[in-house]
Amino acid sequence: MATKTKKAETKSFADDPINKSLSKDDKIDLLRQMVRVRRFEQIALTEYQNDKMGGFLHLYIGQESVACGTISILGEHDHVITAYRDHGHALNVGMGMNECMAELFGKATGCSKGKGGSMHYFAPDKNYWGGHGIVAGQTPLGAGLAYGVKYLGQKGSCLCYLGDGAINQGAFHESLNLAELWDLPVIYVIENNGYSMGTSQERSSAHPKAGLALRAEGYGMAWDQINGVDLYEVRAKTKKALDRAHNESKPTLLEIFTYRHKGHSIADANADKYRTKEEIQRYMQEHDPITNFKEVLITEGIIEEADYKNLVKEATKEAMEAVKFADESPYPDVSEITDDVYWEVDNNTEAGRTGKHFFH
Amino acid sequence: MTRKISFRDALKEGLDEELAHDDNVVIIGEEVAQYNGAYKVTEGLWKKWGDKRVVDAPISEAGFIGMGIGASMLGIRPVMELMFYSFAYVAFDQMMNNAATCRYMSGGLINVPIVVRGPANGGTSVGATHSHTPENIFANMPGLKVVSPSNAYDAKGLIKTAIRDNDPVYFMESTVLYGQEWEVPENSDLEDGELLIPLGKADIKREGTDISLIGHGRAVITSLEAAKILEEEHGISAEVVDLRSIRPLDEDTILDSVRKTHRAIYIEENKPFCGVGAQIASTIQERVFDYLDAPVLRITSVDAPAIYSPPVEKEQLPTAADIVEKTLSIC
Repeated sequence: MATKTKKAETKSFADDPINKSLSKDDKIDLLRQMVRVRRFEQIALTEYQNDKMGGFLHLYIGQESVACGTISILGEHDHVITAYRDHGHALNVGMGMNECMAELFGKATGCSKGKGGSMHYFAPDKNYWGGHGIVAGQTPLGAGLAYGVKYLGQKGSCLCYLGDGAINQGAFHESLNLAELWDLPVIYVIENNGYSMGTSQERSSAHPKAGLALRAEGYGMAWDQINGVDLYEVRAKTKKALDRAHNESKPTLLEIFTYRHKGHSIADANADKYRTKEEIQRYMQEHDPITNFKEVLITEGIIEEADYKNLVKEATKEAMEAVKFADESPYPDVSEITDDVYWEVDNNTEAGRTGKHFFH
Repeated sequence: MTRKISFRDALKEGLDEELAHDDNVVIIGEEVAQYNGAYKVTEGLWKKWGDKRVVDAPISEAGFIGMGIGASMLGIRPVMELMFYSFAYVAFDQMMNNAATCRYMSGGLINVPIVVRGPANGGTSVGATHSHTPENIFANMPGLKVVSPSNAYDAKGLIKTAIRDNDPVYFMESTVLYGQEWEVPENSDLEDGELLIPLGKADIKREGTDISLIGHGRAVITSLEAAKILEEEHGISAEVVDLRSIRPLDEDTILDSVRKTHRAIYIEENKPFCGVGAQIASTIQERVFDYLDAPVLRITSVDAPAIYSPPVEKEQLPTAADIVEKTLSIC
């Protein structure tokens, strides 16, 4: 199984108003964001192998254009929620490498104080609501964030990301029904990397050739398919969905074709067994969104190869500093295990002081 | 004289008052609006408050409960009705994973001020699938609060507090009690102008000296019937302790009662294995062992799925006769 990414047809999408309005610096920033995500994760992988963290590490390498492109067009009342492959979204909403790396290391200075780990990054001050570990478990929450935006009378939306493996979960279909039934301004973004863990789409989903986004038809919902290799296309087509959410309070289902270079997680020992080495190589060499956008910017005369190398160098330095920060940070104290369980207890309210909340 | 109203109407008053108290309170559930509630708890509220505040949901518990959890993270206060608490299992991932752990996994950056309420009881001949009593299951999960009122007064005061609470509260009722009436004062007769009962405060429903009959939900009413029989026919003075809220738990009131009576039985309509009574019995033996004159006993439903057969199901649940018999075995 190969996914449906293809080389960028940048010409048309570069001319889309949302891309036309980008300054040279804006474009360099977009490339920088993708490079930051990649270097953060490559260095996190090294630290994982150095035994600095436990559990899972689901890498986003190869998919960077999806989070970068979609999040780059969001405004004040637009919210983001995703599944466990969440580092790219976190850095794109503006979370720092320090708190993200420290979270991987299980440190008290982590974004979730070391209580969430790789799969559970949160930053509500940046409209970022996780980081969720159960496949499709976040999809009703995404509908709820959109419901909240609408209830509060705001012109906003929720971008709710899910993998292609999540589309067969009941919670997702219930969410689609509610979103269309109640005109919720939610945009479901299927990051279709072709594999639900080690199972290809042919072996997991009915009618995969027609495209997964077509399932929206069953709910009368608008949908679109996007070549994830092309950052301009991601931005242009997501903008249409965002306008639909903002102006009509209607949902959209987007399917963005992408590819993960690494396994499902670091624990995926078969990453090059259920996919051929040739397939992986082909995607890395010909369909990489960072290489692609770098070439676009070189062609546009905005950067030279040396500028790109400089971006990589800067991102590497930032990630290495984050490793140092994480290394030097303390672990949470054992006494803090029971903090952050109940709001009323944490805030020492009368309700929090009444009755016994913990039974250890 | 204080007026008497039904458990159902007390809940409705509580919901109505909280809809007025906070614009962000929204009632969502199957048949709660235009149908007026499957058990009529929300009767009239849609007509009074309109489409935005009282919302009919499709039969889609994982979807709409999860949606409510998401909305609550933005400060909405959804009060979700499960037509039966048995349907919580359809929404289990949302109720157990998302509602309970979002705060924790975000290091305390998020809170989920949601209420999920509905009937959790057997005794109505609807078979095993519709008769679950999952208070012990949800109370097992740190991050969740579980409330189970036994009467109309408590139901009103607790539902109002639950809605104002900033943590997820799972509120379990009994359809058998919905039509029964209790004294519930008008707000104008209350010093504070409204009825709010804190979570985590048990209530002595009847004072006694010889044995503590401790329970939650409808089992408290059954215990009160038993206490009357014990006094009238056996000269035994039973104290009846109503937990009201299971988590947070008022251990002090339980332990004080046992220190006084030296004997305790926990009564609940749940099944015995790892039930609420198991937790309470463990606490009693650990904390006031020296005060005990007899083993702590438990009375639960007979340990099988809820049987359909109407007269037999009545025997599956704890009866006043069961409580009297067990009391006599240790008094």
